[in-house]
Amino acid sequence: MIELLATRAALFGLCGAALIGIGIYGFVAHAHLLRRLVAFNVIGSGIFLLFGATGLRRVAFGADPVPQALIITGIVVAFSATALAVAMITRLAMLSGEARLPEERPGGAPGGER
Amino acid sequence: MGPLSGQGTIWLALLIAAPLAAALLSVVSGRYARPVALASIALMLSLSGILVTLVAQGPLRIAVGGWSAPLGIALAADGLSAGFVAVTAVVMGIVMLSALPQFAPRGDGETGESRAGYAFWPLAFFLWAALNAIFLSGDLFNLYVALELLTLAAIGLVAIEGKAETIAAALRYALFALFGSLAYLLGAVFLYAAYGTLDMALLAEIAEADGATIAAGALMTAGLAAKTALFPFHAWLPPAHSGAPAPASAILSGLVPKASFYIAVRLWFDVLPGAAGEIMPVVLGALGTLAIVYGSLLAMRQERLKLIVAYSTVAQIGYLFLIFPLAGGSADPQPWAAGAWTGAMFHAFSHAAAKASMFLSAGLFLHAVGHDRIDGLKGIARHMPMTAFAFALASVTLMGLPPSGGFTAKYLLLTASFAGGQEIWSAAMILGGLMAALYLFRPLGRAFSRAGEGAARPAPVSRLLQLAPLALACLSILIGIASAGPYDFLQIGRPVSAEEGLE
Repeated sequence: MIELLATRAALFGLCGAALIGIGIYGFVAHAHLLRRLVAFNVIGSGIFLLFGATGLRRVAFGADPVPQALIITGIVVAFSATALAVAMITRLAMLSGEARLPEERPGGAPGGER
Repeated sequence: MGPLSGQGTIWLALLIAAPLAAALLSVVSGRYARPVALASIALMLSLSGILVTLVAQGPLRIAVGGWSAPLGIALAADGLSAGFVAVTAVVMGIVMLSALPQFAPRGDGETGESRAGYAFWPLAFFLWAALNAIFLSGDLFNLYVALELLTLAAIGLVAIEGKAETIAAALRYALFALFGSLAYLLGAVFLYAAYGTLDMALLAEIAEADGATIAAGALMTAGLAAKTALFPFHAWLPPAHSGAPAPASAILSGLVPKASFYIAVRLWFDVLPGAAGEIMPVVLGALGTLAIVYGSLLAMRQERLKLIVAYSTVAQIGYLFLIFPLAGGSADPQPWAAGAWTGAMFHAFSHAAAKASMFLSAGLFLHAVGHDRIDGLKGIARHMPMTAFAFALASVTLMGLPPSGGFTAKYLLLTASFAGGQEIWSAAMILGGLMAALYLFRPLGRAFSRAGEGAARPAPVSRLLQLAPLALACLSILIGIASAGPYDFLQIGRPVSAEEGLE
């Protein structure tokens, strides 16, 4: 039983790590702010999966409830951050017609240090 | 004092609960925004005063709701936490009082219902709650939640005017800050996986210097550095801090970066003193040095006052990170480490007051002449002598001239660097002081020069408003003149590693 749990934990942990990697790639490679926000959520999900897997790892009688409580808190935090970011992205798109930062628009305003 | 001593319990909890309640109340207060804000500020100032008197008798630690760690979440206060809570209370109090005419004008409720006025008070009180939660937290996950609340409130304050540039600045800030949060959270997950607890006091007892712990510390530090705007993660700070309204900029630049720096100090000096190694402190010190040089160089090139002040924040944050090489970095006990550790804290405190004062002054200049290009400031000292004097006093602190708080901080750090045979860091500090003088003399010289022919007459600014930056600037000088009291206070409950250095 414990061995089975350990292999499942490893599987979940590896999936979490893969999600984090995919998310970081998306976060860095895309300029569109909504895509970056989705990537942020993918990284977050990967971290939560990894966190959940640690709760499964070394407890003989079922899963450790502390990571679950912390994950739920983390999801709420990530959700509010996402909601705020979406509101600001829509506002930026309404005002400037582009859901990208000024320095990342193709042929747009010169970016970087002012 | 025992871990469940009833005396401090209610005060620690109230310091976090009261600003949260004030934030919610100011959402619905409508035309009563002014009395609600005034009462809440008075309450917070007295609560912070009570905390200081309690901690003066010894450090506090409570298990919230009677659940002790590792299941429960502890709140703790030592000299360092209480010092930060007190400085936050004074800076927030003065800045928010000075924001009353702008965001909650007296008179009928109609004029007070502007968009920015409606959003400012809840966001500022949420930010205050988050800062206090960070300074009083004894648990790494609780710190994550408080850090997120701080970030979301700060992003809201940046975007408060709703213009395309400020929204873009807020989003750029959000990208850095959210990435930083995730890195911090991943580090916390590593620590939980390794030790099964996130309570800082418990972790300090069982943490070892193995690979997972070092990786966790590195991830958390990188995330915190992104939130503190340490070079090379500084790109978001100047547009965000210079685009916000002056009271918001004062809070954002004076206090918000200190919170993530505070967590980094807690992490390395309280939780993982044995895992720092030889390289990490040097890397952080080198990044701090680069921040000092690069931030100062860019501050010299700016033509707008608020951008000069914002780039100066990038530079001043660099000094804070010199704490890592100067107060740590060797396995042997170092007698000078305590001085370096306290010096960095003095720098954090006096910079908080001085930078808030500078942004408030810049806001008043902006109000008077209609823009903040430094060429337009010629002769402003004749019209607004109090504000110009406040700006000059705050500049004295940033340059590190005696008898300011910035001088005491640099003196302590310099002494530590010579005593420890690490003269290279003192070069960075002296160069930084000279460069601060260069970039601050540009606006100061114009302000105190004679006005040119045909210069427009500045709009009048009330004396009462001009008192706020002056009070903050005087505070930053007083920290230096009366440095003995705060110095001893900071040593209450100080971790041993702050005295003997990291390993």
